[in-house]
Amino acid sequence: MSQDTGITANQYIHHHLTYWTVGHGFWSLHLDTLLVSLTLGFVFFFSFWMAARKATSGVPGKWQNMVETLVGFVDTQVKETFHGRNKLIAPLALTIFVWVWLMNFMDMLPVDLLPRLAQWIGMPFGANPEHVYLKVVPTNDLNMTFAMSISVFLLTLFFSFKVKGIRGYVKELFTHPFGAKNIFARMALALPNLILNAVETLAKPVSLSLRLFGNMFAGELLFILIALLPWWAQWPLSFLWTGFHLLIITIQAFLFMMLTIVYLSMAHESHDSH
Amino acid sequence: MNIDASLFAEAIAFGLFIWLTMKFIWPRITQAMADRVAKIADGLAAGERGRKDLEHAQLKATEILHAARDRGAAVVEVANQQASRLLEEARKEAQMERQRQVEAAQAEIRQELNRAKDALRTEVAKVAVAAAERILSREIDPRTHKVLLDELAAQIH
Repeated sequence: MSQDTGITANQYIHHHLTYWTVGHGFWSLHLDTLLVSLTLGFVFFFSFWMAARKATSGVPGKWQNMVETLVGFVDTQVKETFHGRNKLIAPLALTIFVWVWLMNFMDMLPVDLLPRLAQWIGMPFGANPEHVYLKVVPTNDLNMTFAMSISVFLLTLFFSFKVKGIRGYVKELFTHPFGAKNIFARMALALPNLILNAVETLAKPVSLSLRLFGNMFAGELLFILIALLPWWAQWPLSFLWTGFHLLIITIQAFLFMMLTIVYLSMAHESHDSH
Repeated sequence: MNIDASLFAEAIAFGLFIWLTMKFIWPRITQAMADRVAKIADGLAAGERGRKDLEHAQLKATEILHAARDRGAAVVEVANQQASRLLEEARKEAQMERQRQVEAAQAEIRQELNRAKDALRTEVAKVAVAAAERILSREIDPRTHKVLLDELAAQIH
């Protein structure tokens, strides 16, 4: 692909890894990520809403059946992990699973398809094709993954406060996991406990976000590298990697959902009983 | 690292889709599924109830059938008895009628016979008298011998 446009491999990769951005510095937006993620989000919502709107308790249609299978699957996962009562967790998990999967699925499209399309569309408007950027996979954007993981993190904090109270939560930061009967021993253990808990708490959103991002970044990069190979090598390698990556995107969407459920259910558990 | 304001935009989008799912998708789908579960359970229960009812009805039907058969057999028995009794009566009646007819016929025959005998007796007496007249026309006076002749005639039975 790079040969016919007359740019170097380095430029090609760089072009593929650059966002379509407006604004400057921190106050800028990745329009490609926003555009694709919102489109897919609404695709998810409207397609599921179609089934939900006409949902019948009689014989379901094919699409309703599909949606029910997914809902049932997510519901089972939530019920197996989380035993409390929370109306938010299951719909949240469904949203994450389907939306993340759809966004990951953008990786399955030929790596040059949408960026090239964007260049063609941009040209009549006087845009230089070299400067039309479109990064197709939204989960290949740290903003996207962190937006979700930080939201989940804030929700865990919210539910922790709700269940244990702010005071109980803060108390747990200092007295858990190492507890002691002796007041001096407890004071001595307070700092190590705080450090441990801080690391544990902060590691959750970071790992949740980076795991998804890393997998998608690696997958995307591999497609880009395959696209740089001679044409006869592209076919078998693309085929192989697409098949393999199809598993990865599903597993990553599932993992993101499962870990979210686990984190939220952990937020509901109190350690006072230890 | 390209962290910028997209983070906030995506977080808002994330929240929006969660809210939409929670509001418009999840309750309806789970409701439909729960309703279907209830429906299927009801259907199965109704099926079970129907099966039990059928069993019950079959048992009852068999009972009724047996009772009807018994009653039918009893009726047939009574009818048979009645028929044989009627037959017997008819036979007796016929026997008696025949007896009566025979007796009447015999009586008639006897009467007829007596009448014939009487006629014959008279005839014989006449013939005897006539014959005797011829033989004894000169010697016997019918008037004087009438007692004798009557005696003779009376001896003929």
